[in-house]
This record gives sequence, C-alpha cells and structure tokens, in this order.
Amino acid sequence: MTTPSTTSSGSGGVTGAGGSGSPRSGLPGQRGSDAPKRGTGKSAPPSEHRPREITVGFLVGRLIALGLVAALLLFGLPPLIRTDNWIGVGVLVAAGAGIAYLYLTRRHVPLKYLLPGTVFLIVFQLVPVILTVSTAFTNFGDGHRGTKEEAITAIQTGSLEQVTGAASYNLSPALKDGKLVFLLLPVDDKGDPVLDQAKVGTADGLSELPGLTDANLSLTKQLSEVPGYDILSKPDASARGDEIANFAVPTEQGAIKSSGLSKAVELKAVRAYDAACDCVTDTKTGTVYPADEAKGYFVSADGTVLSGGQGWKVGVGWANFTRIFTDKTVSGNFFSVFVWNVVFALLSVLTTFALGLVCALALHSPRMRGTKIYRTILILPYAMPSFAMLLVWRDMFNKDFGLINNLFGWHIDWLGQPTTARLSLILVNLWLGFPYMFLVATGALQAIPKELTEASSIDGATAWQGFKRVTLPLLLVALTPLLISSFAYNFNNFNAIKLVTDGGPYAIDNATVGATDLLISYTYRLAFGGIAQLGFAAAVSVIIFTLVAVMSIIGFRRSRSLEEVYS
Amino acid sequence: MTWFKRTGWRHLVAVVVAIFSLFPIVFVISAAFNPLGTLASSKLWPTGASGENFSHLFSNTAFSHWFLNSLVIALASSFASVFLSFSAAYAFSRMRFRGRRVGLMALLLVQMFPQFLAIVAIFILFTDITENWRYIGFDTPAGLLLLYMGTALGVNTWLMKGFLDTVPKELDESATVDGASHVQVFFRILLPLVAPILAVTAMLAFIGTMSEVLMANIFLRDPESKTLAVGLYGLVAGERNTNFGMFAAGTLLTAVPTVGVFLYLQKYIVNGLTAGAVKG
Repeated sequence: MTTPSTTSSGSGGVTGAGGSGSPRSGLPGQRGSDAPKRGTGKSAPPSEHRPREITVGFLVGRLIALGLVAALLLFGLPPLIRTDNWIGVGVLVAAGAGIAYLYLTRRHVPLKYLLPGTVFLIVFQLVPVILTVSTAFTNFGDGHRGTKEEAITAIQTGSLEQVTGAASYNLSPALKDGKLVFLLLPVDDKGDPVLDQAKVGTADGLSELPGLTDANLSLTKQLSEVPGYDILSKPDASARGDEIANFAVPTEQGAIKSSGLSKAVELKAVRAYDAACDCVTDTKTGTVYPADEAKGYFVSADGTVLSGGQGWKVGVGWANFTRIFTDKTVSGNFFSVFVWNVVFALLSVLTTFALGLVCALALHSPRMRGTKIYRTILILPYAMPSFAMLLVWRDMFNKDFGLINNLFGWHIDWLGQPTTARLSLILVNLWLGFPYMFLVATGALQAIPKELTEASSIDGATAWQGFKRVTLPLLLVALTPLLISSFAYNFNNFNAIKLVTDGGPYAIDNATVGATDLLISYTYRLAFGGIAQLGFAAAVSVIIFTLVAVMSIIGFRRSRSLEEVYS
Repeated sequence: MTWFKRTGWRHLVAVVVAIFSLFPIVFVISAAFNPLGTLASSKLWPTGASGENFSHLFSNTAFSHWFLNSLVIALASSFASVFLSFSAAYAFSRMRFRGRRVGLMALLLVQMFPQFLAIVAIFILFTDITENWRYIGFDTPAGLLLLYMGTALGVNTWLMKGFLDTVPKELDESATVDGASHVQVFFRILLPLVAPILAVTAMLAFIGTMSEVLMANIFLRDPESKTLAVGLYGLVAGERNTNFGMFAAGTLLTAVPTVGVFLYLQKYIVNGLTAGAVKG
C-alpha cells in the first residue's frame, strides 16, 4: 500500500489476519490442486536439478532487463551530460549495468524479486530519511538555505545601490535560446545611442554586440531588431515583468539591473566580500563583518549580525537536539504533549479494536441472519474518503452550525474545550478506524479452528470463559503486529489532528501548543509556522522516529508474532 | 431470554453500530442534496432535494479534472505498488538468503519514520529532479507516482508474506521439480492462487492514494493537475460554511467508485483470505 498513513487507523491491508492468524494451510480455488497434477503427468524425475535450458521466463526477463536499462539511460543521461554532472552519469551507468547483470545471470534469484521495490524504497524513502537525519545536525532553514557562495552573492546583490555617474542604458529585453538576456545600448550626454558600445548582458556577464547600424534602432532609439535575438514586444515584456525586474547582469563591482522595462542602470555593491580576510566590508560605514563558520553568519566585532540575516548552512552538531530539552518554550510543552500523544494513540487502538472485535464476534455465528447487510454497513466508513470525512466530522462538531448541537439542541463548544475536543477526536478516530479492526478480527476469527472452541465448551467452560481463555489469546497472537502498526500510525496521525482540531483549543496565554496537539503537529507548527527552522524540525522528527521505533520494537519483542521471521 | 443471549444481543450490537456508522454518511448525502448548500442549513434528514450543489461543483471548480487525476494516479499506483510488494513478499516467503531477517526488520523500521516529516528532504530531492527531468518532477502525476512507490514495500509486504507463508511450499516445490523456473512458479502458480488477496490489497492501496492529501498538495500546484483530496480540501479550508453543500457533493462523488468496488469485493475481503485455511 502506498500510503497507509492516509487511511484511517489501520496502517495496512486486511491480509495480515489470514496470514499470521492461520497456521493451518490450505488453498482456495481449483487451480491450486490442479497445478501439481499437471506436473506429475510429465516425466521429469523428482531428484533431478532444475533443467538448464533457456526457458520462456528467462527470455522475457532478459528482454525486460535490457529494455529497462536502455530506457533508463535514454531518459536519464541527456540532462546529466548537458549539465556536466559526471558523478550522476557514473551512478546512472553503474545502476544500468547492475540491472542488466542481475537479470541476465541465473544467480541472485531473491534479489531479482527484491530489487524493483527496493530501488524505490531507497530513493524515495531511505534517502529522504538520511537527508532528514543529516539536516538535523545543521541550521538549515530560512536565512540558512544555501551555501556560503550563495549567501555572499545574495548579500552583494542585496546591497546594490545606484551611484552617481554610473552608466545607464537603453534596454531591450530579449530571448536567446529561450533564456532572458538584456540588449544594452549606452546613451551619451545628449541622449544619443552609442551603437559601437552596445552590449549583451546574460546571467553570466557582459559581452560585446558588434556590427550594429541605425537600421537596428526603433524610433525611440531602442534596439528593435538584432539578428539571433528575439526581442520581446511591450506586452510580452510586461508579462515577464517580474523576471525582468529580478534579472541581474553581474559586472566587476556590482550588477546591471533594469529600471522599468526600457531602461537599465549599473548598480554597485555597498557591501563587498573579500576572500583574503574572509569578511564582508560595508563601504559606507566601514564596518567589517568576518565570517563566523560556527553559526553560518557574517558577524562584526561587536556581535552584530550582518543586516538581512543572510547566512549559510553549517553543521551545528547536537545543538538542535539539546535545544529540544533545554529551550523553555520547547521542552516545557514537550512532556505534556508527549503524554497526550501516547494516550491518544493507545485509546485510538484500544477503542477501534474493542468495537471492531465486538462487531466481529456479534456477526460470527451460524445462527446470525442478515450478516451480509450488517457487514456492508459496518465497513462503509472505511470506504469513504477519510480526509473528507474528517472535515465533515469537524463541521458536525461545530458549535453554531454543527449537526450534533442542532440535533440535540445543545450548545456545547465541542472543539473549544480541551476535554470535549479530545473526546471528539477519539470518537472521530473510532468511527474511521473500527471497520478496519472489524475486518481483520473477522478474518482472524474465521481462522481459529472450531474444534478448539467446541472442546472448551464440552469441557464445561462458559461462552465468556471460552472467549477469554481460547479465542482472545489466539486472536491477539494473530493481530498484535497490526495493533502495533496501528499504534505507530496513530502516534503520528497528523491528518486527524490537522483536519479536525488543528491542534486547538489553545490557552489564551499560549499560542504555541494546543490541547490536542500531537508531537508531530506541534513540531510542524514550531518548525514551519513563521520562520522555517528546518534543521530543528528534522531533529524533532528524528526524536519522534526513535520514540516510535523503540516502543514498537518492545511491542514486537513481547509478541510471539515474529517467530516466522526468525525461522 | 435465551433467544436474546444467543442471537438477540448480536442484532442489538449490529444495529447500534450500524446507526453509528451511517449517520455521518446520511448527513453528507443530505447536505449534498440540500438546495441551500450551507453548513448551517444542513440537517440529518434532507429538507429538500436538488442537484444544484453538483452542478455548481462541475461549473465552478475543476472537479472533473481532479476526479480524473485522482483516478489515474490511484489506479496506477495501487497496481504498481501491489506488484512491487508482492514480488518482495515472494522472495521473503519462499527463499532463504543472507540478510532476509535484517531486510524484514529494516522494512518495518523505515516504514515507521513519519514520511510526512521527511517532506523537506523530499522537496529538496524533487527540486533537483525537476531541474533535470521535468517529466517526473513537480506538477506531474508520474513524479507523484514515483514518490508513492517509495512506500510500496512495507506493511503490505509483511502482510502478503504472511499470507504466502500459509500457501504450502510443496506446491511450488513440485512445480520446480517438474522443471518450472522461479518466474513460472511466480506467475503461473502463486499469482492465480493469491489473486483475490491481491485485488483486495490493490483496492485498499487505491483508497489510501485517493485520500492522500499531503504529498499531492505539495506536488501538484497547478489547479488542473490537482487531485480530489487537494481540491476538495481547498473548498472548505477558507469558506467552511458557504461551500459545504458543494463539498458534500464532492465527497459523495469521490466515495461512489470506492464504495462500489469495496462492496463488490467484500466477500473476498473477509472470506477470501481465510476460507482455504479454515477448510484445511
């Protein structure tokens, strides 16, 4: 399943019950019993090894492998070669060779089946996780997004000012190979264009534009026609207004930027970087800002950070992690949020499991009539789009227009008080999640051999004793992995919180944490609300991950359900 | 009294829970057909009926685009993810190799990392991809599909492995002895046997993808390339009272295909897995 996280409370399919819950095996359908019969008709002696001739499957595999490699190289290589990314080319060619080798030999059979899914797992799941962990040790975020070079460029271009006597140009924005360029025509004191000094400005710098005559000029003394360039018409230029306003042609001391759509001026950087002292000097005030490699900022001797707060990404070691436990605004709330988080996840699992199990037990009887219609109704919540139903529930709890208050004539501010908001959330999660538990419990119930329950009733046990001593333990063995993954899922059930309460209600004096916030939604707000602190957010995700992983591993250790893995 | 003890309580439980299951759905249906189309005017039982909300939905929003996008993405991703996870489950269930146990544990662990919090990293990754290969970058269904495939292995692999473990090994062993290659065993013997469960898993994956809102929200920014979840959320994110009728209509239309398939497959969902096992 691609996104178990978006279905209600269960985190997977219903297949587990049948799988781990049915030690006795047999096969549904006809074809199973046919297969071996068809085989025994042949004359292959049982003791012989697999024949080595070329089979159809082998040929097909070979074709698929070669096709895949060809497609991969054909599709992936050109952009990498174009941008001179030779490391990328190397990785891609190695990957292609690896795939070809794997599927063209007869060895490494398990890998042939594991590889396709694993490649996706590595690229789109594992790499992001590793990136997140490595981000957790940096100050990555607003103000620290790029490299030092990018920060220097941003500082210099951000401090550009027009100085007296600087060159000004008649500007014609144009396209060359689809990219924006500036055609620049200097004007002399009288306002006449100087054709032999015309220049082309690209994002890389200035170059000469020779061989122009008056024929290239328009009435307003702009360049209107230059071979090899597609000069933008007025409406086209207006449409690209933002792009033109942001375009800068770097020069030795600054940059040439547009001033309106038909003029350009040369600007000079007030703050200049000097590699010799690894510092930025403000030419107006004379202040020197040396680079602080530990913080990723340019800081002056008196401790002022270069205005604009432009810094670069640096490693900060464990700072983000220690901040979680030492920063008062963070750690003060961390514990209470954590407790509610555990309670929420536990209650979600327990209530859904209890209700699902009761329903499954109720319908699990040969005497019971109408099971089909009941079952159909009971699984409906699971088939409804969960994101939409979360929003519907939110609106049903609405104090003024909500269905629940309307129906009963109440005026309860359900989502406005901590206790009722928490109760509402548990109820919503119960509604969304119990059908899944009902399904898996039904499956697991059917897998329990009748002889066992019959034997216990013959031995004089009541129905309740039989259930407690025989049925429930067997069910739990089968369903524990699902309960644990349901717990892990609900521990991070961002959707339920975000769509129903958005973490609220909030205390009047504390807008950073709401009564129903889970760690994940709390972190989300801390990290992305206002100034993005992505490095810090990554650190908190790593902590959350560790918590869930530890709790789940303990859960699995205690259940015997991993037996098969260890065999 | 004995009747109640034997079957009466069963009906009581079923009826009470059925009412609990149904009432939000009835509310959505009634709101969808409510001619006023606001949250405040929506009642549990419809006060009138009109198709106005539906026609507004199609004329005022790009609903049909959203619907088609969702359908294509969800179908493709559920098919692909079931294939990937079943292949892996086959290897884990039938073969013994070095790293098998570690691999299974690693799958569980990686799966537990809230993918949502890796969203920053994913965003950076796809910014690079978009620069180099536009066709699988942002705003493309193909890119979203690739991202979804990242979680194809995981819980599903575990569940399918568990199911495959219950299919007797003698079956494929005898076929192997008869000269079938592992590919033939995979496609000709095991696949047909587990087809019902594959259909069920595919459908659950389908439901999951249909409801996926977070990644899709970041991925598809162009209004016409949005999915249902993203589009419908946008309807009530700001104007929650006035657009409620349209939202309910959209929810209903979203649910129709899934509920249909769900009901069609329900005998497999409950019985398909275990029927064979019980007959033993």
